[in-house]
Order: sequence, then C-alpha cells, then structure tokens
Amino acid sequence: MQYRYKIAGGDFSNAGSVASSVKKILRQLNISHSVSKRIVIALYEGEVNIVAHAYSGIADVEIDSEKIRIVLTDKGPGIPDIPKAMEEGFSTASPQVREMGFGAGMGLSNMKKNSDTMNITSETGKGTVVELINYFSTDVR
Amino acid sequence: MKIAEIVSKLDLTVISGINGLNREVTGGYVSDLLSDVIGNAKEGSIWITLQTHQNIMAVASLKELAAVIIVKGSVPESDTVRKSNEENIPILSTKADTFTITGMLFKLLEKK
Repeated sequence: MQYRYKIAGGDFSNAGSVASSVKKILRQLNISHSVSKRIVIALYEGEVNIVAHAYSGIADVEIDSEKIRIVLTDKGPGIPDIPKAMEEGFSTASPQVREMGFGAGMGLSNMKKNSDTMNITSETGKGTVVELINYFSTDVR
Repeated sequence: MKIAEIVSKLDLTVISGINGLNREVTGGYVSDLLSDVIGNAKEGSIWITLQTHQNIMAVASLKELAAVIIVKGSVPESDTVRKSNEENIPILSTKADTFTITGMLFKLLEKK
C-alpha cells in the first residue's frame, strides 16, 4: 500500500495530521501497539521539521507485510551539517517556534531512536530527504 | 483513578473534553517541550504544561494521554478547545503553578 501526504511549511495548525492518519492505518492493519508508537513519534517529528523549517514537503508512506517505509521530501533550506543537526539540543528554529515548545533540538534524535533505519540526505538551498524504515516484527532488527 | 476524581480533589476547572472525564489516569508527565512529551510521555498520563496552542492536543491525541492540565490560569486558544472536544481529551485548568499542581497530583496518584 502506498499513501502520499502533502505538508505545508509554516502551517503549525496541521502539524501531526499525517502522523495521526498513519496511526489510524496501522491500527486498522492490527500492527502492534509498541511498533506503531515508535513510528508515530518518528513521523510526527519529521512532519514538525518540515512545518518548522521547510517551504513545503511530501510524506510518502509505503506499507508491506514486513515493514513501513516513510520518505519525507521537502523543499527548503536543507541541512548544511547533518551530524551537528543530529546532536541533541542543537536547533536552528526561530524564537517564535521555540516559544511554542518546538525547536528543542530533540526532533532528529527522537526520529533516530524510534526508527529501525534512518537515512538523511540534504542539499543546502534545495531541501532534505529523510527515509525512515520500521519493521513490524521486532526480531527483524 | 478517573480524571473526574482528580478534577474534584485538586479543584480543577474543566475547560473542554467533558466526554473524556471517565478516562483512567495511570500517571503524569510535566514538560513544555513538545518533542519531550511526544518522545517520553506514557499513554494514559495527565500532562501538565503552560502551552495553550492547538499542537498540544495533536501531541496528546497521538500519545493517547488522559488529559492536559494548563497551569497558572492560562486560557487555551479556541482551536485547542475544539480539538479537545473532538478527541474527548479533557483540558483542565488550575490557577496553581507547575510546581504546586505537580506536587498535588503526585501525592494523589501515589496514595492509591
């Protein structure tokens, strides 16, 4: 199964709606709670990153019998230094975004912790692609 | 312990999400950072925060939290209230600050 969701940069009112839709799908597919909880956390953070930093983005979600693969592709400023961005506490979010309780520099590390595989590629000035893969059976990890 | 019982014992005001007052509370979490809550709060917890915007309800819903307590008498925005009613996740309000209400809730939950 494949699903595609659009994410608008700057639209905090809808942040979390993709994670919410995917959560419903996983529940319908009877995916275990412990597995879907991690996916929801990772996807929520990816979604918020696009809202907070990019101009627009797309979430492509592919589900088969053994795994879910999520590819978040955005048009945005890109990440100049990915290892730095991965450090917990590092954030380039604006003061307004931080005041809302976002931009704590925990997003990417939450994504890393809650996915089985995470790959980031980014081009400064163009955008970022994040691939998240989670396996439904935990012993595949 | 049910939310309704906590509301009466801690003298909270129910702002919205009245249909969710029968939810069972299994613990609490205190944070104003959404990434912290999404990453670490446990299902069934009451979340204590000073944030009032609608993203708190997105987080509460994704994490299946029992309720949200907003501190220091702050008033949630109308979109936040609407989402709380849609999701049946109550928003509760207290005049107390975070330290005080957290202490009270901790004592209450510890007793049972």
